[in-house]
Amino acid sequence: MTLSYAPAPESTGIVDLKAHYGLFIDGEFVEPIDGTSFTTTNPATEEVLAEISEAGPQDVARAVKAAHTAFRSWSKMPGRERAKYLYRIARLIQERSRELAVLETLDNGKPIRESRDVDIPLVAAHFFYHAGWADKLEHAGFGPNPRPYGVAAQIIPWNFPLLMLAWKIAPALATGNTVILKPAETTPLTALAFADICQQADLPPGVVNILTGDGSTGQLLVENPEVDKVAFTGSTEVGKAIQRAVAGTGKGLTLELGGKAANIVFDDAPIDEAVEGIINGIFFNQGQVCCAGSRLLVQESVAEMVVDSLKRRLDTLRLGDPLDKNTDIGAVNSAIHAARIQEYIKTGEDEGAQRWTASCPIPERGWWVAPTVFTDVSQTHRIAREEIFGPVLSVLTFRTPDEAVAKANNSPYGLSAGIWSEKGSRTLWMAQRLRAGVIWANTFNRFDPTSPFGGFKESGFGREGGRHGLGAYLRSEVV
Amino acid sequence: MDTRVDVRKTYKLFINGAFPRSESGRTYPVEDAKGRFWANASLASRKDARDAVTAARSAQPGWAGATAYNRGQVLYRIAEMLEGRRVQFEDEVARSEGLSARRAAAVVDASIDRWVWYAGWSDKIAQVLGASNPVAGPYFNFSVPVPTGVVAAIAPPDSSLLGLVSVIAPIIVSGNTCVVVASHPRPLPAITLAEVLATSDLPAGVVNLLTGDPAEVGPWLAGHDDVNALDLTGVDDDGVSTQMQVAAADSVKRVLTSPSGDWTADPGLGRIRAFTEITTVWHTQGV
Repeated sequence: MTLSYAPAPESTGIVDLKAHYGLFIDGEFVEPIDGTSFTTTNPATEEVLAEISEAGPQDVARAVKAAHTAFRSWSKMPGRERAKYLYRIARLIQERSRELAVLETLDNGKPIRESRDVDIPLVAAHFFYHAGWADKLEHAGFGPNPRPYGVAAQIIPWNFPLLMLAWKIAPALATGNTVILKPAETTPLTALAFADICQQADLPPGVVNILTGDGSTGQLLVENPEVDKVAFTGSTEVGKAIQRAVAGTGKGLTLELGGKAANIVFDDAPIDEAVEGIINGIFFNQGQVCCAGSRLLVQESVAEMVVDSLKRRLDTLRLGDPLDKNTDIGAVNSAIHAARIQEYIKTGEDEGAQRWTASCPIPERGWWVAPTVFTDVSQTHRIAREEIFGPVLSVLTFRTPDEAVAKANNSPYGLSAGIWSEKGSRTLWMAQRLRAGVIWANTFNRFDPTSPFGGFKESGFGREGGRHGLGAYLRSEVV
Repeated sequence: MDTRVDVRKTYKLFINGAFPRSESGRTYPVEDAKGRFWANASLASRKDARDAVTAARSAQPGWAGATAYNRGQVLYRIAEMLEGRRVQFEDEVARSEGLSARRAAAVVDASIDRWVWYAGWSDKIAQVLGASNPVAGPYFNFSVPVPTGVVAAIAPPDSSLLGLVSVIAPIIVSGNTCVVVASHPRPLPAITLAEVLATSDLPAGVVNLLTGDPAEVGPWLAGHDDVNALDLTGVDDDGVSTQMQVAAADSVKRVLTSPSGDWTADPGLGRIRAFTEITTVWHTQGV
């Protein structure tokens, strides 16, 4: 007997898409000075969603000027008043959450279930949490008189467009900075909707500026001498280029870069829960997650059982229309990215690993990659070392906890890790030895505004969220 | 009447608990504050820097794995040893920095007290920089500071002892190990400090001290993949500083720049914080 599901699509009627979007500078939507634009596309249908403005040098200069002017009053405003603006924003996000979820899914390709139940609720929670810090900064452990940097340039990726915006803007505003945020080229729509929310909140002009564009817009922002702080989430390669660009300028810098997380399963782990956790670790958001559990390290004695169970479960996942409420796996974000993932899958086969791909049907239009698992992977394989940023899991085995630690830490990255075991003492022993910024024990890919997030080594520096995350937007006084 | 000829000290490097000469065989003349020849110091080479990084890397897991109580006692022991040899340090600091005996004694006092101050931090860092985080779900979530790893530091050129101690102590108290380039014009108190470190139960390789030219050795350290963080406190040349910051990007090193350099001020937690990472652990709760 085969079970089938009737389509259950979320309505797009709640979204009022414009044909064209300007830049958000000094509280107003304005046209770019040189009039350049590009389009953003629905990755599940390949249909153009809207025309987006490309910010050029003069637009960047305008936005920086607006942010500078706004900083004078915003940084002097009592924290309790800044807090109220952030609370307003949090409430507006809650009120418009369904619209934002649909917009996110249209632009990004992620399942509506994720944008509705994970991304957007976390966005609202993030603003709500940071609102409460705005008038309590002197109690945050950064000295008696914590000071903001000034103008923060914030560059974010396409995998969690509005959530990454919240992670950047909420702490920056709470601490009294003003911002210029550049969303990713392929996912600008929710950031532009956020600009509308700033208007509805009557946020003072220039406190938040949204500049859409590609990497060249980002580079202009990073190199602008009037920018005091740069915050970047994205690839390690671009992160290194940004670190070089700000060298010697005295600008503040935080980087949240790539990862190649080990998800470590011990023989005493609750296997069914672990399998769900492995799937959530690498197939959540189509694997397009910097902290994805892309290396499964499974203890040899249970490896066969875990992998068989994993494959059985993966064959039941539903890939397809991201707007369908029953969809588990959505579209990957762009044609270029889909090709890059397929290239890695080919590399894995060429290097001698065994490929297994879930048997789900692939829609005719759009960009898709079916869940893929590689076994017989060795530590030297590229699929075990490099960040694929897609639904591709590399399975390696280990015998002892020491070997698991050595293999997990054998990476230039150090963003996250997972540990699956019923033995608390072993979990804590492992957690003490893993060189990673976030460690999930018997869970994976959990996020919360109170919980600091960020990496070791080439996964970047600085934290986002929690008390620690405030440090990214306060000048550190070092004697 | 016979006049006794004093026995002078050969100043060498301090790597992995031993005192080797530079493998390059090079030295450079060190003058006192009045411009008179004092001694030849080793001029560390790129290879000396590499050896020092290797030593620091090997020592790091053991030092970080020691209990905070144990690390605190070792730092306190350094203060004890320094106190016992204070006359020698007063003399060297006075000669290096051209201070009166009284001012030099005050510098040595402050240097000893700084070790004591940081010694007390070892088992309090996690309580002050860590957190329990009230996440919205059935998880116990906590954040702890852990050492960044191997830190390469350029010590301040002017303050030959107090500045040096103020750079080293906050790096090692949390469990980092380090390679420190001593003051180029005033390197001798650093090597004498190494003699203190070598007799203070500090494991070999936790602190490695090089004498030489920061502009020569610094960029190698900044580009070394096994160095996790840089402390550029003593880099007074903007060009060298930028060059080192650019090299640091190749392995995304943490970089401390532009500290105030007021060694008499309350040190605060800024330096400890600069060389720690925050690990956050989520653990499920349930029955």
